[in-house]
Formats: sequence, C-alpha cells, structure tokens
Amino acid sequence: MAGRWVGARLRRKEDQRLLTGSGRFLADLRLPGMLSAVIVRSPHAHARIVAINAARARAERGVAAVFIGPDLGAVGRIPMRMSPRAEVVECLQRPLALGRVRYVGDPVAVVVAEDRYRAEDAAELVEMDLEPLPVVTEARQALEPGAPVVHESLGRNLAERLVMGCGEPERALREAPVRVRDRFKVHRHTGVPLETRGLLAQFEPGTSALTVWGPTKVPHFNRGVLSDLLGWPEHLVRFVETDVGGGFGIRGEFYPEDFLVPWAAMRLRRPVQWVEDRREHLLAANHSREQLHEIEIGADRDGRIVALVDRIYADMGAYIRTHGFVVPDRTAAMLPGPYRIPNYGAEVLCAFTNKTPCGTYRSPGRYEGTVVRERIVDRLAGELGLDPAEVRRRNFVSPADMPYDVGATADYDPVVYDSGDFRGAFDAALEAADYESLRNRQAEARREGRSVGIGIGCFVEKSGTGPWEHARVEIDGSGRVVVFTGLASLGQGLETTLAQICADELGVHPDDITVVHGDTARIPYGVGTFGSRGAVVGGNAVAQAASALRERIKSFAALRLELSPEDLVLDAGRVHPRGVPDRGLTLRELARAAAPGQPLPPGLEPGLSASAIFKAPMRVYPYGTHVATVEVDPETGRVTVMRYVIAYDIGRAINPMIVEGQLAGGLAQGLGGALLEELVYDEGGQLLTTTFMDYLLPTAMEMPEATVIHVLEKSPSPLNPLGIKGAGEGGCTGSGAALANAVADALAPLGVAVTGLPLTPATIVASIRAAASRREARR
Amino acid sequence: MKPPRFEYFDPTTVEAALDLLGEHGENAKVLAGGQSLMPLLNFRLIRPQVLVDLNGIGALAYVRPCDGGLALGALTRQRALERSAVVRERCPLVAQAVPFIGHAAIRNRGTIGGTLAHADPAAELPAVVTALGGTLVLRSIRGERVLPADRFFVSYLTTAAAPDEILVEVRLPGAGSRTGSAFQEVSRRHGDFALVGVAAIVSLGADDVCTAASVAVAGVGPVPLRVDDATRLLLGEKPDERTLAEVGRRVSEQLTPDADLHASSEYRKQVAGVLARRALGEALGKARGGGA
Amino acid sequence: MTERTIRLSVNGREYERRVAVRWTLADFLRDELGLTGTHLGCEHGVCGACTVVMNGAAVRSCLLLAVQAQGAEIRTVEGLADGDTLHPLQEAFWEHHGLQCGFCTPGILMSFACFLEEHPAPSDAEIREALAGNLCRCTGYVNIERAVRAAVTKLAGGRAGAGPTGA
Repeated sequence: MAGRWVGARLRRKEDQRLLTGSGRFLADLRLPGMLSAVIVRSPHAHARIVAINAARARAERGVAAVFIGPDLGAVGRIPMRMSPRAEVVECLQRPLALGRVRYVGDPVAVVVAEDRYRAEDAAELVEMDLEPLPVVTEARQALEPGAPVVHESLGRNLAERLVMGCGEPERALREAPVRVRDRFKVHRHTGVPLETRGLLAQFEPGTSALTVWGPTKVPHFNRGVLSDLLGWPEHLVRFVETDVGGGFGIRGEFYPEDFLVPWAAMRLRRPVQWVEDRREHLLAANHSREQLHEIEIGADRDGRIVALVDRIYADMGAYIRTHGFVVPDRTAAMLPGPYRIPNYGAEVLCAFTNKTPCGTYRSPGRYEGTVVRERIVDRLAGELGLDPAEVRRRNFVSPADMPYDVGATADYDPVVYDSGDFRGAFDAALEAADYESLRNRQAEARREGRSVGIGIGCFVEKSGTGPWEHARVEIDGSGRVVVFTGLASLGQGLETTLAQICADELGVHPDDITVVHGDTARIPYGVGTFGSRGAVVGGNAVAQAASALRERIKSFAALRLELSPEDLVLDAGRVHPRGVPDRGLTLRELARAAAPGQPLPPGLEPGLSASAIFKAPMRVYPYGTHVATVEVDPETGRVTVMRYVIAYDIGRAINPMIVEGQLAGGLAQGLGGALLEELVYDEGGQLLTTTFMDYLLPTAMEMPEATVIHVLEKSPSPLNPLGIKGAGEGGCTGSGAALANAVADALAPLGVAVTGLPLTPATIVASIRAAASRREARR
Repeated sequence: MKPPRFEYFDPTTVEAALDLLGEHGENAKVLAGGQSLMPLLNFRLIRPQVLVDLNGIGALAYVRPCDGGLALGALTRQRALERSAVVRERCPLVAQAVPFIGHAAIRNRGTIGGTLAHADPAAELPAVVTALGGTLVLRSIRGERVLPADRFFVSYLTTAAAPDEILVEVRLPGAGSRTGSAFQEVSRRHGDFALVGVAAIVSLGADDVCTAASVAVAGVGPVPLRVDDATRLLLGEKPDERTLAEVGRRVSEQLTPDADLHASSEYRKQVAGVLARRALGEALGKARGGGA
Repeated sequence: MTERTIRLSVNGREYERRVAVRWTLADFLRDELGLTGTHLGCEHGVCGACTVVMNGAAVRSCLLLAVQAQGAEIRTVEGLADGDTLHPLQEAFWEHHGLQCGFCTPGILMSFACFLEEHPAPSDAEIREALAGNLCRCTGYVNIERAVRAAVTKLAGGRAGAGPTGA
C-alpha cells in the first residue's frame, strides 16, 4: 500500500463541528413531545424493599408516569457481554431492583415528567420503605465466614475463582535464593468521562419502530440485548450514535437505564430522554480497579526472575455487569508483563460487596497488575543492590523469543505475544529521560536535602480483540467515498483514522471520505470499540473493503475505457491509465456507470460498493516503558511530577498526532488514578465522593511539568496486514507503576514503604511517619 | 441536579433587600456571587422559599481606603480584589490569598461578602480576615452592628449573622511599614479548598525586632483559627529559623483538626505547623525588605 | 415570582423570553435558545464545560440563574467564529489536536477567549494556570497548552499587522 495518508499527522475531520458548538451530544437532542426521565436510586447499601410508594410523585404537576420494579413485569436480568457464566446468572442486575437493593445507587424507580426540573421535584416524592440489612464493603472481609451475603441465592460472596500460570511456581519460589513479598492495594476509581451517560428513545406506534440514541460502544450487541429484554423484533430496534464525550471503558455498556428509557418510551408512546447527572454518574456507572494483591517474587542471585506468585482479591461490587470477570482475568493474564518468568501462578478471588458494580476502565487489569509487578521488581532490585533499570534489562523477553507464550490465559485463550522488542522501547525511554544523568542529578538533589525520585514502569498492553469487525466502502452517486464501519466513535478520532486508511486504498483525499458509524440501520454488523481494538480490527476491515472496492472500480473503468484493469490507477478521485492522467473517468462518472441497467464487467453485480469482515483470532500486544521524575515535599506530602517520558511501540501509527494525543490523555488518567482520584466508601456503604469537589480529576496544574512522548513503530504486528497494534491504552498502563516507583524512590532514604495507591499528601505523610516510628522502635 | 422551586427577588438597594429579609426571615437565602450557594441549590442540599439576589445592588461593590486600611463592599468580586492596586498596597495579604480561590471564572463571580458569609473554614478569605483582625458590618431593618472576625465565624458554615441581616462591608486594617504577609496552602489540586491554609502577618520594629505577628489557619477546625499562643513567641524577638520552627511546633500542638476523606487529623496538625513556619518565614523576609 | 421575562443579548442577538426563575443560565441557553454548544459536565461549577462570557468575564453558566442574565451581553461558543472564519483559538485547537471528544472544548475556548483578551502575551505558567479552571478528560492538556500558545502567536501577528501601533 502506498501509505501517503497512513502515517500522516492529519488534522481531524471531527473537529470543525466540535470547535464551533455544532457537535450533537445526547443532551443536545430534542424531539417534539419529549419527556425527561429521572432515576430514583437506593440510599441504602443493602436493604430489603418493604414498599415503594409513588402515589405522591405521580400526582405531581407535569409528571407523566412513575414506574417501580413490579411495573416492569417479567423482564430479565442484564446479561454479561464478555464470557457469560451460568453460575452467576442470579447475580446479574435487574433494570429495577426487586425485593432487595444491594448498593447505594441501585435503581428503584423511574420518574418521567415534562422537564428535568419537574422530574426531579417528583423524584423527591417517591417514598421508599427500606429495611436496612448488614453491609459488607471490602472484598477480603466479604470472603470471610459470617460476612453478610450480597446474593442469598448464591449463598456466598465468592463470585468466581480464577487460577492460571505455568511451571512450578510454588517450588521455584521456595528454592529461589532471593525472594521479596509485598502486599499492594489498588484503589477503586474509574473512567469518569466529562460527558455523563444519557439516552433518548422514541417509539413510533404506527410502524412499531423503536429508535435509541446515545449508548455508544457496542451498538449492535446492545440492540440484541434490548430486543431480547423487550421481546421486540431486532429489525424494529435501531441504535444511533451521537457525538460522545469520552468512553474509557465505562460508556456504552448495557446498564439498567438502557432498558428503562426505551421501555418507558414504548409504554408512554412519547420520546423519553434521560441525562445522567454527575452525582449519579459517580454512583451508577461502572467503577473499576479495586484489587488487593499478595505477591511474591523469586530470583537468582544475578537478578533473573525465576518465579512469580500472586493472590488477587478483586472487588466486583454488588452485581456482575456486562464485563463479567474480564478485569481481574486480564490482571492475572498480563501480570508477567515484559519479563520472562518461567514459573508463574495466580489465583484470583472475585468477591461481591455492597458497592457499585464494576467494569473496565482504560487498561483494565493491566494498570493494576503493572503497578503491582513493577513495584515488586523495584523492590527486588533494592534487595539485590542493583539499579532498577538493570534488573529489568536482565529479564526482558527478547525479540528472538517471539511469538512468546507467557504461560497465562485471557478468557482461557493462551496469552502469546505476537512481536516486540521490549528492551528497545525501554532503551528509547531511558535515553529520552537521560536516565544516567538523571540519576546523577537525583544524587545531587538528595545532597541538597530534596526528595527527588525516578520511577520506571515497563508494561505490555493487549489490543485487537476480535473476533471480527465489519466495514463497507461505497462510492455514492455524487462520487463521494463513504465508509461504513461497525466500530463506534468515543471521541478518539475514528472518522479521521479510518478515512486515512481508506484514502490510501482509493487514491482520494481523506476530506473526500465520509465515515458513517454507530447506526444499526445503516450498518448491518458491528462488534464495536473497546480495548484498543478499533484501528487493529476495524482499520484492517476498512483496508480490505476499500481494496476490494478499488479492484471493482478498476473493472468498471476498464470496461468503459476498453483497457485492462491492471493498466489503471486511482488517483485524486479519478481512474486513469497509468501515465495518462487526462484520459480517465471520475469516481462520479464511474458510480453512474456502475448503476443497475448499465453494462457490467463479467461476473460483477451493479454498484460501487464492497464490504469485508476482518477476522482477528489472536490479540496483538503493544508495549512500552514510562519514566517518571518526581519531587516529594516530605513535610506536606505534596508530589510534583517534574518530567515524564513515554515510549510506546504500536507497530504502526495511522495518525501519529492522534496516537500522541491518546498517550498524553492516558497518562492524565493514570496520573489521576495514582495521585488524586478515589471512590471512597464509608463502613455503611455510602459513597463519599459523589461530586467533582471530592472525586478529583487532574487539572493542567497537576500534570507533569514536561512530558516527552515517543511513538515507536519498530515491531509491526505480523497478525494483520497494516501491522497495527492498538494505541489507546499505553499512556495509562505504565503510569501508576512509574509514579509509585518514583515516589517510593524519592522517599527511599526515609525508609518509606509504598504499599498502595493513591499516593495522596495524607497517605505519604502517614507513611513517612510510620517509617520514622519503625526506626524509632528499632533504636 | 436542578434547583428546587423558590421565589426570586433582585432588589436594587440595600434597604429593599433588608425589607425582604425582614419579611421572609429564615425562609430566605441571600444570593451573592453564587459560587457556593448555586451548587448547594443544584444538589438540592438547601431549599430556600425565597432567594434575595444582591447582584443588582451596585452600591455594595466597592474598594475604599478607610482609616489607613480598607473598606470593602460585600459584593466586591474576588477578581476585583485580585486586580486592585489599593488592595495590593494596603492589604497585600488579601491580594496574596485571592489567587488560591478556585479559578478565574469562579473569582469573576465570587464575592468577598459571599465567601465570608458562607463561612467554610477551609476557605481562604475567612482566614485572611481573621489573621488581619478585620471587622464585619452587618445590617438589618433593626439597625447596624459591627463584629470582629473572630466573633463573626461561629462554626462550620455558621456565622453570627441573623437571618434578617446582610453582611454589607468588610473593614480591614492597613499594613504598616515593615510589615510582611504571606498566604500558603496545601490543597489536593490547584484551586481546591485548602487541606490546610495559613495566613501570616509579621511587623518589625527597629533592629528587626518583631512588634506584631498574627497567623490564622484554615481547614483545621470549625472556624479559621488564630494561633496567638504560638505567635506570641515572636514578639520582642529577632526571629530566626529556630524560633519559627518552635512557633510551627506550637501551632501543631494546639490544634485538634477534624479528619475528612482528603486528610487525617494528624496530617492537618502536622502541615499546619509546617505551613505556619513557612508562611511566617516568607512574611518575615518581606518585612525585612520593607514590607508587602 | 416564579417566572419572569428577561431580555438579554447572546452572540450579538437580542432575545426576550419568559423563564422560570429557578432555571440556570446554562439550561436557558441550551433549552430555550437552542444553543447547545454550552455543555453541562458537573452542574456544580468544577468542570468548566459550561463556561460562557458574560459582560466580558468568563463565568460558569451552571452557577447562574437565567434571570441573573437580565440585560447582560453573553458570548457562547456558537458566537466565537466570524461566520465561516474560525477564531484563531479554534484554528489552533484544530491544528494542534487540542481536543479529542470535544465535550469540554467549548468551555475551554470561551475561558481562553476571555483570558487572551486580558493577557495578550501570557507566559506558559499563566496559560497552564488559566487552563486549570477547566477539566479535560481526554487530552492530558498537553496539546491544549500547545494550541493556546499557537493562538497567542496568531493573535499577536494579527494585531501587529493591523496597525501602526503593532503589538
């Protein structure tokens, strides 16, 4: 492929509308007669529902209806999207709670009114008679005998136990000459896109057609779920994507509201809009990340890792949602990371608690596992008296080992790295960070009494989850190229990157390509956008479809020009004989020449259109290294991130500008998770962080003073024609690790142990004090 | 998150506002800059029947020199304080503290009267007014009274103002020569309320002997706290690092802050001492240089 | 007094509307005037997505009642471009990939439209501090800072070329 546009730093097709306020986000949509819905949620973490009385709310002016659980009839529970398990089917969430509520925020009723203000007025009048039950808020406690049971039908809080590994981890650990144990807590935090969730549903009684705007990520899958739950034929249900204010894993999964809003619209025969507010977003949308690790590593005296054993407690919250166990599963699957670890064992205990259910958040499972592994590798370096960089150098999987079987599984499939030079990305990062002189400057700072620390975070990401993606490319009657993709746009520049891929295949400018996505009426098949799969699976599908279309165009042109297709080229929206640019046909002329009724090339049907299903049976694995330099004020616990380097190898960058943007954005989220953001519960299961004054997204002032991003293209994936590996998550994956290691390094002279995230001023000062009293006690 | 129903009045004179408060009393809430009240309304955490909006009373927005110090109309925006040359000259501590309040868009609306009347003990200006020993002028249809800051702040989000009273003016003493001041705080993020904030003022006489010192700490109790027992140590001294460290230690010792989800009591105690030491050091440096 | 008639100017156009006194300015702009470029990200004044310029000052439109805008001159993102000609900030954001999902973008543009009028030659530190008043969840801010610096240059160039006084 020529590659004129793939690889170009092209400004985005999406931006003009977004910059001028002409984007259309869910809350911007208006339909005549539209009603506004508000969800009434449980104020208790665990309670028996004695009665819900909606009479006063129904009588309020402007209220169209109030629905409670029994009103829904025999509606099913929301199924798992990923790796469904029969054992937990009773632990899936109903659209409205029946009998019991299990977390603060569990939907109890829906109020529908003329406008949002009135809907909120009425929501306050719904009377909930709830009898509080004992609450469990911590995964380890939930697994102890006698703990309150979240799902009585299951009879225990252990939702799932996953075991994986290779070799003889216990024996190898026992025999290892050097061993380090750690206990590390990764706290609950989540994606928190700046646009909250929302839906708009319209039912047309005349045609029985139901249209749902808003849920963006896996529209075709969700359409199937809604069709099943409603018992309504799938062809009468249409999902339409809007502009979307960020996804990050949490948006677009099938949530209770995704049933309630369409159901209410059908029942009331009026359009119903629901726009989540920020408080309920923090209560109701998926939480993520909360894990406790008990990990042990063993190495020989040269620092070569011989064994890694981890027990992981994963807090699932109150129900199993669509992601099922994918987050803890991926933690264990990817825990070995870039290192050769011959003996590996992981046991994952997934526990129910009376908290918001969990799902994926950017780098799901990997952010958590990476910080835990990279911390213990640093501690191993300390134990051996080696520089942290040196221990890593001695353990990387080498390019000669590729493809490399890690010895773990993701959803029971072996994790096999497709390609990569982990050491190369590591060297690139250390060189950009000027690691040697950084260490010298650190020593100098320490002499001045300053607590400066350097932290490394090496990681492997996964991307390109299949099983397939669909694309169709057509030339419309005006000669314009239209790409239809089964992917969804979450704000990441999908329209631009797909246009770039298509532009190279068809010899047109990306500006002359329209990308259509997220409309189930216009796109027959689609898997969707998650896990950095879009460019890999959807991008290759577009390349295949466009390439097939190119051949088709040539066939039609050959017929018209009385030449052989091999003698033709596509360029600048025209097809012409090689070397004779003025003797050709425009795509517009060809589109008309290919219409039904016109002469056809042998064996071809009319129309300038081609579709493709790209199959991706194996995942692909991008990888990289982060290097953070921080200064800690030991008296106040403040952390200043002075400099940050990311080197990330994604095989091939379609638009390096967009890739760099993804990495910088991922870093901000990872930094937020490491230093600022936390979903805090009290013992009674009340979420204390339900505002942006308490749930702290990083501002520009908390970001590194300088950030260097290196996008590497050294190891294209052998598993897809474009050589792409996903770019969406690597800015996040290594950041918790690099920052935790940097803070630990800064405070190492004080004997501080960093054993969890987030690293807040208060936790840092507390750990410094704890270290001081340990020293005191030893004296 | 939409405000509940209320009745709305926007008087254009103080008298008309006072009449409305006289009439509606506890059922009314005064709206100034709205940067704290409006979030509470949107969350429906308060439900006043009547909202009395002061923003139409132009006569309440002023910065006036007064007795060597300043008289600030309650409706003066934080942004105006930030930009005012006379504030920088007469009460530099105010100018030093205002940039810590939220962000530009917040300060464009937020008022000095509003932030004082809201009485969040982690806010910056209540600590500043407390450190300066400012006075607050309250008016109602019953008359006018003047309260010193330490009697105005009663508890968390609670002041001595009666339901029918409006805070109309803040009076601040001017900084004399060889007086230095500083504001320091630790917050989770730039622009957030302080975990701990410290406002410090130091005056020096001949031979650099400390003649007056005042520190107020935000975020460590139900009201901004003056720590005179600790700062007394400076009087008559030529403070050095050791004296400042001792003052910091005493500040820490005498506080028993509440914990919240962002910081423990121990943390606030320790950091109050650290920031008191640092802010006093900074203020001293300025005083030695002639003041600011 | 739970409803009122207000008159105000938005992006140079005069409006007169009857409005419930409890409606926020943001909801009024979005629902009553159809100017949905002003977004709501938190409704408690933290995220800055709803930032508009009122009488020359950047303000959070979720923390104002619509009735408080009586007689005001308001600028929203819809009024930033001059017809088909983008404002230099919009151009620079496009050029430097200063947005991803674009949800926070209108608030950031309006904050800086106001900021750059007051600070025509800001330092990097001033830009960063001003940006801290708006949350962005996608970009990590790096390219936004880059875009604002580029806009400063563009604006300075425009002024320098505009008249004999220069910049």
